[in-house]
Amino acid sequence: MTSPILELRDVSKGYGSHIAVADLSLQLAKGEFLSLLGPSGSGKTTTLMMIAGLLHPDAGEILVEQRPITSLPPYKRNIGVVFQNYALFPHMTVAKNIAFPLTMRGISRDEVATRVHRALELVGLPGHGGRYPRQLSGGQQQRVALARAMVFEPPILLMDEPLGALDKKLREQMQLEIKRLHRELGMSIIYVTHDQEEALVMSDRIAVFDFGRLQQIGSPTQLYDRPATRFVAEFIGESNIFSGTVSATADGFSVLESAGARLRALASAPLPAGSRSVVSIRPERIALQAGDTPAGMENTICGSVSEVVYLGRSRKYVVRTDSGHEVTCLQQATSGSEPGFELGASVSLSWRPEDASLLPDTATN
Amino acid sequence: MTATPMHSGHWWTIVRIAVCALIVVYLIAPMIIVLIISVSSAPFLTFPPPGFSLQWYRKLFSDPDWLDSLITSVQIMLPTGIIATAFGTAAAFGIARGRFPGAAIISSVLMAPLVVPVIITAAALYGLFGGLGLNGTLGGFILAHTVLTIPYVAATVLAALRVLDEQLEKAALTLGATYWSAFWRVVFPLILPAILSGFLFAMIISFDELVVSLFISSPILRPVTVKMWSDIRGDVNPTISAIGSLIFLFSLVVLLAESLLRGRWREGGPDLASTEGPIQ
Repeated sequence: MTSPILELRDVSKGYGSHIAVADLSLQLAKGEFLSLLGPSGSGKTTTLMMIAGLLHPDAGEILVEQRPITSLPPYKRNIGVVFQNYALFPHMTVAKNIAFPLTMRGISRDEVATRVHRALELVGLPGHGGRYPRQLSGGQQQRVALARAMVFEPPILLMDEPLGALDKKLREQMQLEIKRLHRELGMSIIYVTHDQEEALVMSDRIAVFDFGRLQQIGSPTQLYDRPATRFVAEFIGESNIFSGTVSATADGFSVLESAGARLRALASAPLPAGSRSVVSIRPERIALQAGDTPAGMENTICGSVSEVVYLGRSRKYVVRTDSGHEVTCLQQATSGSEPGFELGASVSLSWRPEDASLLPDTATN
Repeated sequence: MTATPMHSGHWWTIVRIAVCALIVVYLIAPMIIVLIISVSSAPFLTFPPPGFSLQWYRKLFSDPDWLDSLITSVQIMLPTGIIATAFGTAAAFGIARGRFPGAAIISSVLMAPLVVPVIITAAALYGLFGGLGLNGTLGGFILAHTVLTIPYVAATVLAALRVLDEQLEKAALTLGATYWSAFWRVVFPLILPAILSGFLFAMIISFDELVVSLFISSPILRPVTVKMWSDIRGDVNPTISAIGSLIFLFSLVVLLAESLLRGRWREGGPDLASTEGPIQ
C-alpha cells in the first residue's frame, strides 16, 4: 500500500469500565472503500466518530495524510459524514442543507448555487432543492444526506449504517448508487454496517469487529476463504465448525482430531500440537457421495441426510454425522437430471484440505 | 377526537363532558365575575351589577397612581423577560449538552425557585438586597424577577433541547460549522418556539408576581400587583376589578399567542405556506 490517506494507530476508547474500541490500528488507502463490519456494540460506530472528531480517543493517534488530527475539532478535519438517521436540518430546504458546508467555508453565492445544483444532479434529485426534508421519502433523504456530505469534496467520507432504515429493495439500489459515486468521485470511504452481505457487495476491504477488537481486515474473498478467527468464519457467510485437538502440523497444514475423524486444514496461524482448535469449512466446498467410505480417510465424514432444502439453483442438505454432528452442505443443481439425495440416505462428505481453515478456538476462552 | 361508538360510550361521554364543564366553570367563574363587576355602574362592589358602565376603566386610566404602577410593571417585565430568556436558554443548553461535574447540582439550584416557597425566596432576596441597597429600585425588581423566572425559561428550553436530535449539531460540526455557528444556525432556529414561549411565560410571571414584589417595593416604586394588594386592604372599589380584568385579558392573550405559535410550528414549520415549495 502506498502511503495511506488515513491511519489509526493503537486507538482505544472506553466508557467507564466498558471498552468500546481496543488498540485499533488500521489504514485506509486513497480511493479505497473500506467497510467496518460487526454486530451492534462491536465498536464500529465509535471508531467512525473518533475519525470524525466527535469522540476523543483515550489513547492512540489518528493521522490524515501522515499528519496527526487527533486533537483537531471536527470542523477543521474536512471529513464528510453521513449519519445513520441522515441528520438533515429540518428547518432548511434541501438546497440550504446541501449549501450548508459550502456556506461555512465562505464560498461565494454563485459558486454555492452551481455546486448545489451539480450535487443534486449527481444523486439523482434535480429540481428538489426547494423541498423540505420531511417532504421527501426515506431514500430521497438519504440521497440529500449523501449530497451534503460530498458537496464540499472531502477526501474522506464516513458513512454510519446509511442504509439501515431503508427497505431491502431500496437498500440494494442505493448500494449500487453509492458504489457508482465512489467510482466517479474517487473518494476514500469508510462504511459502517452490520450487514455482511452489504459489506461483501460494496467493499474493497472489510474490517471485522467484535467486542471492540479488530478481528481481521482483508478483501471480501480473503475473509470468506481464509477467515482468521472463528468469529469471522461464522459471521461472514455460513460455516461448519468442527472442534478438536491439533495432532500434527506440517507444510502449512495441520491435522485436527475431531470425534474420530482426521481433518486436514490450512493453518492460518501455527498452532502447537495438542492445542484445542476448530476447523471451519464452507457448505459449498463439501462434496457429497452416496454410501459409506472406508473409515479413517482424511477429511471424510459419514452420515445420513436429515434435511433437504431445494433452493432452485442449488440444494441444501443437512447431514447428521455418525458422531451426531450436523453439517450443512450446498450442492449446485447441475443439469437437473440428478434427483439428489433422499432424506435418510447415507452419504459421505469430503473436502479438499486447502478449502478448510484451522482456527484458534476463540469461543471457549 | 376519537370516534367513540355512541351505543357503548354514550353515558360516559355525557358524564365526561359534565365533569369537564364543571371544572371549567369552577376555574373560570371567579374571573368572569371580576370581569362583570369591572363594567358595573354601581359606585361600590355589588353583584350582580345594576348596569353597564366603563367608569372604572376611565377612573383607572385617569388615576396617575395606577398609571405609574402599570408603567413600573412594564419596566420590570420587559427587561426581566429578556434577561431571564438569555440566561435561561444558556443554562438549559449547558445542562442538556454539557458534560461537567456538578451539572446535576447546578440544575437543581437553578430550578430551586420553582419548589422553594416564594415567601422564603422573598425574605432571602429582601435581606440580601437590603445590604446592597437594591430594595425599592428598578434594578432590584428586575434582578429578583429574573431569579424567579429563569427556571421557567430553562425548563421550557430544556424540554425542547431534550427532544432535539443531537446528531443535527454533530452533523453541523462535521460539515464545517464551529460550535458557535452550529448553535446559531441549527440549534437556535429549532428551539426558537420554546425560547419564545419561555420569554412570554417569564413576562407574565413577572407581571403577576406579588410576594417578592411586596418585600422589595417602596411607596414610590409599586408595580400593579403591589398597588392592588394595598388597595384591596384599604377601600375596596371596582377599580380593582377593572385592573384585574385587564391583567386577566393580558395573560389570556399572551397564552393564546403562545399556544398558537406552538401549534403553527409543530404542524407546518417554517414552510407552512406551501407543501409543494418553490423549485430552486
